[in-house]
Amino acid sequence: MKEIVIISGKGGTGKTSITASFAYLGGIDVVVADCDVDAADMHLLMQPDFAKSEDFFSGEIAVINQDKCTKCGKCADVCRFDAIPVINDLYVVQPLDCEGCGYCARVCPEDAITNESQNVGKWYISTTKVENTMVHARLGIGADNSGKLVAKVKNEAKQIAKENNKDFIIIDGSPGIGCPVVSSLSGASFVVLVTEPTVAGLHDLKRVYMLVKKFKIETGCIINKYDLNLQVSGEIESFLKEENIIHISSLPYDETFTTAMTNGKTIVEYGESDLKEIIKESWEKVIGRAKG
Amino acid sequence: MKIAIASGKGGTGKTTLSTNLAVYFAEKGEVILADLDVEEPNSGLFIKGESVHKENKYKMIPEWEQEKCSLCGLCQEVCNFHAVIQLVDQILVFPELCHSCYACSELCPTDALPMVPKKMGELNHFRRDNLTFVESRLDIGQEQAVPLISQTNEYIEKHFHKEALKFFDSPPGTSCPVIEAVKNADFVILVTEPTPFGLHDLKLAVDTLKELKIRFGVVVNRHGIGNDDVVNYCMNKNIDLIAKIPNSRRIAELYSRGELIYQKIPEVKHQFEEIEKYIFAINKKSS
Repeated sequence: MKEIVIISGKGGTGKTSITASFAYLGGIDVVVADCDVDAADMHLLMQPDFAKSEDFFSGEIAVINQDKCTKCGKCADVCRFDAIPVINDLYVVQPLDCEGCGYCARVCPEDAITNESQNVGKWYISTTKVENTMVHARLGIGADNSGKLVAKVKNEAKQIAKENNKDFIIIDGSPGIGCPVVSSLSGASFVVLVTEPTVAGLHDLKRVYMLVKKFKIETGCIINKYDLNLQVSGEIESFLKEENIIHISSLPYDETFTTAMTNGKTIVEYGESDLKEIIKESWEKVIGRAKG
Repeated sequence: MKIAIASGKGGTGKTTLSTNLAVYFAEKGEVILADLDVEEPNSGLFIKGESVHKENKYKMIPEWEQEKCSLCGLCQEVCNFHAVIQLVDQILVFPELCHSCYACSELCPTDALPMVPKKMGELNHFRRDNLTFVESRLDIGQEQAVPLISQTNEYIEKHFHKEALKFFDSPPGTSCPVIEAVKNADFVILVTEPTPFGLHDLKLAVDTLKELKIRFGVVVNRHGIGNDDVVNYCMNKNIDLIAKIPNSRRIAELYSRGELIYQKIPEVKHQFEEIEKYIFAINKKSS
């Protein structure tokens, strides 16, 4: 069983549209994991049935029992996150500021503070419109610990793939280089970077690749909208060569990306465009590489 | 006045709007632009200026001093993040898991875990005419963006006048880094695109800002592509639709080269005048 992770560094390069196309092409041979839990969009194209859902608890938050509180202020003194201001003469924990370190509860002389585990979101196991299994999630508002929810989604997908002898897990990762991305990369067999030929796309590609490199995972790259700026596309290609990243394919600038999405379809299901064939070839290349 | 530019979905035009608005307003007066998307800061690709100041940014982590340690195990017990682990005869600290809460350090009965600074990124401060630009970038491998965003905010609070017009280019998403970037803003401009992904993530961003009780309005980017659902959603929810930036390959090409767009595309400049009027109105209302 191989894990294919699709990330981009920069947002909006077409990562989810391409991942959903792969999920469509992979059909019942793959398990899909949407690990972009912070702004999960793949369900809009894969129409999962949300058959099984579960709350996700992670991290803790301090809660002050006002009946026991003597307003000594020790909790606020030790809090490094300014999460316990005095409001209307009461010490009150601000949930969005509290990091759940539990320090306040340890120093409270009255035992007035408890740590309550936090419901930070929901995760789902679904069957999609192409009958493959998809694990996905929704992070609660302003919730922390997105890395842990990513790990949860990934591990569930792994478990399902193992039990059902599936060959591949396709993982849609988050933008950026922070904890959710690190969490989606750990254990991956092959990484697909989706980029675009803009100065920002190239800048972010280089940064995210420096992170991928630390994991020593074989990597390929898809250049989306390559003809938007041939010069930057050329720079991306040189970078790929320098770093021994496989250049999987280059897709032309094509608004089919958006029209397919607007119709709730993956690119490979929608209309007739050159994109379709290129994406199919890209998928063949990706699974060929991932098999090793 | 602090205006954060945010969006749920990535790649909708936050940086385009932040950099262009900053330069547009700098034609008239002092403006500060801060790039708080510390994981992938891009504003600097569009804004050039002279370096004024540069500093490394650190987060505090505990460092084990073996000779003082009695191996009582309290540090491991108090750490909610599993960042401090006791093996048989040694203490291991995992800096990337540490939230700098100081509990292990301050509760240690033998002071064997003093907090020491560890570099997490750097802050750069540039200036060109009326425009000040501050950018922070997280070191690769550092997982937590929040402490760096918070320190960048502190730097801006300290160095610039409260009333000065400030634009904050925020990270994508709706989780902790975004909250940190927008929580002190007077107003948030949400940039979205009129597509199902754009709408879905816009709703998440709207819910987040409502929870934070921060005022906001929407700018639709790439207007003309996709469908009308975003516009209808804003109308039904009484959300101010501040401006619509047209969808155009020419804009995408200018952006791809790191160029600003409002001086070259008259329709964009016209939309910026709308944004200016809007910002002027809300500023007047709030003061």
